[in-house]
Amino acid sequence: MELNGAQIVIQSLKDEGVEYIFGYPGGAVLHLYDAIFQQDDVKHILVRHEQGATHAADGYARATGKPGVVLVTSGPGATNAVTGIATAYMDSIPMVIISGQVPLPVIGSDAFQEVDMVGITRPCVKHNFLVKDITKLAETMKKAFYVATTGRPGPVVVDIPKDITDPRIKIPYKYPKKVTIRSYNPAVTGHKGQIKKAVDLLLTAQKPIIYSGGGVILGEASKELTEFAQLLDFPITNTLMGLGAYPATDKQFVGMLGMHGTYEANMAMHESDVIIAIGARFDDRVTGKLDQFCPHAQIIHIDVDPASISKTVKVAIPIVGEVKPVLEQMLEMIRESKKKPSKKALDSWWKQINQWRALKCMEYDRNSRLIKPQYVIEQLYEVTKGEAYITSDVGQHQMWAAQYYPFDKPRHWINSGGLGTMGFGLPAAIGVKLAFPDSDVACVTGDGSIQMCIQELSTALQYNAPVKIINLNNSYLGMVRQWQEFTYESRYSHSYMDTIPDFVKLTEAYGHVGMRIDKPEDVRPALEEAFAMKDRTVFLDILTDRTENVYPMIEAGKAHNDMTLRVADGTSTDRELA
Amino acid sequence: MRHIISILIENESGALSRVAGLFSARGYNIESLTVAPTEDPSLSRMTLVTRGSDDIIEQITKQLNKLIDVVKLIDLADAVHIERELMMVKIRTTEQTREEIRGMADIFRGKIIDVTPTTYVVEMTGPSSKLDAFIAAIDGDTIIEVVRSGPTGISRGEKGLHL
Repeated sequence: MELNGAQIVIQSLKDEGVEYIFGYPGGAVLHLYDAIFQQDDVKHILVRHEQGATHAADGYARATGKPGVVLVTSGPGATNAVTGIATAYMDSIPMVIISGQVPLPVIGSDAFQEVDMVGITRPCVKHNFLVKDITKLAETMKKAFYVATTGRPGPVVVDIPKDITDPRIKIPYKYPKKVTIRSYNPAVTGHKGQIKKAVDLLLTAQKPIIYSGGGVILGEASKELTEFAQLLDFPITNTLMGLGAYPATDKQFVGMLGMHGTYEANMAMHESDVIIAIGARFDDRVTGKLDQFCPHAQIIHIDVDPASISKTVKVAIPIVGEVKPVLEQMLEMIRESKKKPSKKALDSWWKQINQWRALKCMEYDRNSRLIKPQYVIEQLYEVTKGEAYITSDVGQHQMWAAQYYPFDKPRHWINSGGLGTMGFGLPAAIGVKLAFPDSDVACVTGDGSIQMCIQELSTALQYNAPVKIINLNNSYLGMVRQWQEFTYESRYSHSYMDTIPDFVKLTEAYGHVGMRIDKPEDVRPALEEAFAMKDRTVFLDILTDRTENVYPMIEAGKAHNDMTLRVADGTSTDRELA
Repeated sequence: MRHIISILIENESGALSRVAGLFSARGYNIESLTVAPTEDPSLSRMTLVTRGSDDIIEQITKQLNKLIDVVKLIDLADAVHIERELMMVKIRTTEQTREEIRGMADIFRGKIIDVTPTTYVVEMTGPSSKLDAFIAAIDGDTIIEVVRSGPTGISRGEKGLHL
């Protein structure tokens, strides 16, 4: 089969089984768009801004586990995609980003819409390629998908000069079935001796805890993790990225850990004697003050990326390998072992944990005359029966969604954890909805974040991706406001938005349904009404208590056992702002 | 502690900037960096001198290994090895000083590879400390320019860095 460069790119996407490309056309990719026009297998989703394309592809990838694919033009198209690429990179999301480039002969001449995409993205991709030879095009596409989806996943950029896709130049096409890169051989199974050592340590632990992260979700190891935790009867905490990997409604789950984690999770980490970190990377939002992090614990760390091990926290037993096969090996060894975890030690450990739990650190004022954001999330959980895909933006609403929507299944909680990208939620929700048209998809957002990619409401209409937008509107950049309240004596420098648009009218202008809710008793009926409109995108503008803060909180530079909790009467935040 | 890291890397455009970019992005320091193709034209060999605690050096080697273009690397400081650096020094001479500079170059086993009525160029190889010593031994005011390659190194014995 003889194909031109543009056809080779599209055909290789077909051969990879790609369902959707999220993109935006422009000069350098016109040949590619012409090739897209002449086929129906790979569906193109035209976004309204390239950042939206990357987040939509990212949401699609997080929900499905399949790589997200993006197509942007050179220059501004490429630079607009960078935020989304960095977002995917920080959370290890498999994506392939195809960017147009000016023709080879003019590269370096400051040509129209020229930018050094390979140079710009180098620090925020797993790898990138500039295709200089059409005969290498198919192989490069294969390598891009291979690198993006194996080992620790991540985004890969393929920068394609316009002359490479010239429709007049045709070459025989053959998509490689398999590709090997001599310098890239990610570990799969873990070292048996290390795993044995880890199992021995686990079985002698007195106060163990499982600390698992996004790697379990990326590595499709939820089932194994659940078996592992339940076989040992150990408490388990998840990172923000790991929520859903273990059923949050299970009694062994002690909640999220870290800056806005539960009291019981952080205290259990602090007091534990053995920690097994599984697909987690000891992020600063998790560890708090490093030199006081888990002072009594010996740490076992399973990760596919050796560079994540002992990066910030020294571990006793490192295991490099994919989470799933390593957990399988561990499960087998534990089952065959004559040693069993000490029931007595675990009983007293659970007793201690349950005392921490009894503090009910997540309680809030349920009698407020104002809408409490926590209440909205709890109602969202009930209305969607805990089965919706929830995307979020970044800020207070993100933490409340993570805290008050217990995720029982992996890949249902979709948020930008590492980079913390505002504007992520709506396009990500569109990507998820396209992947799972029959499922409920909600974007929990705030009045600040939603305005960063609000133009994608238009995309949701064009491609019939009806999502529900839960806007926790407090007129503030809430998380900024909260930090200013705590550490800057309530000097609210530029965290108040004086002129928030009328979101109802705005949504209607985009062809969707908008609703404003300002009374607690209206929240539940509005959510029910919104989710009953299966084929409509609904924007719920919910005016929440402006002064509400996210608790518990470990303030920056503090340790796990030094948390700020809500004042016990639950009314501490129901006051007027200065 | 000082470490000398030898890297086999794909001989492709951009590979060098991936290494250099990694160091600047993560705040590691590079004392010197040399790179040239090997006997296998598809590979380049890079020698990188850096300083850091054991933890930092461990992160550096892990992060380098993570780069897709890096095929293999070793930390030469882990075992006995030989280090050499090439230096060329252009020295202003007068009739009175020519003899002395020639003598000094001989002592350091340097070679004079260019002569004009008023200058010498001295070529010298050796461990970096020897080159430093030569510079210190001659009158600084007479030095017109110094060019140094940065150290390269190889391990002793049968062990080697190859595919």
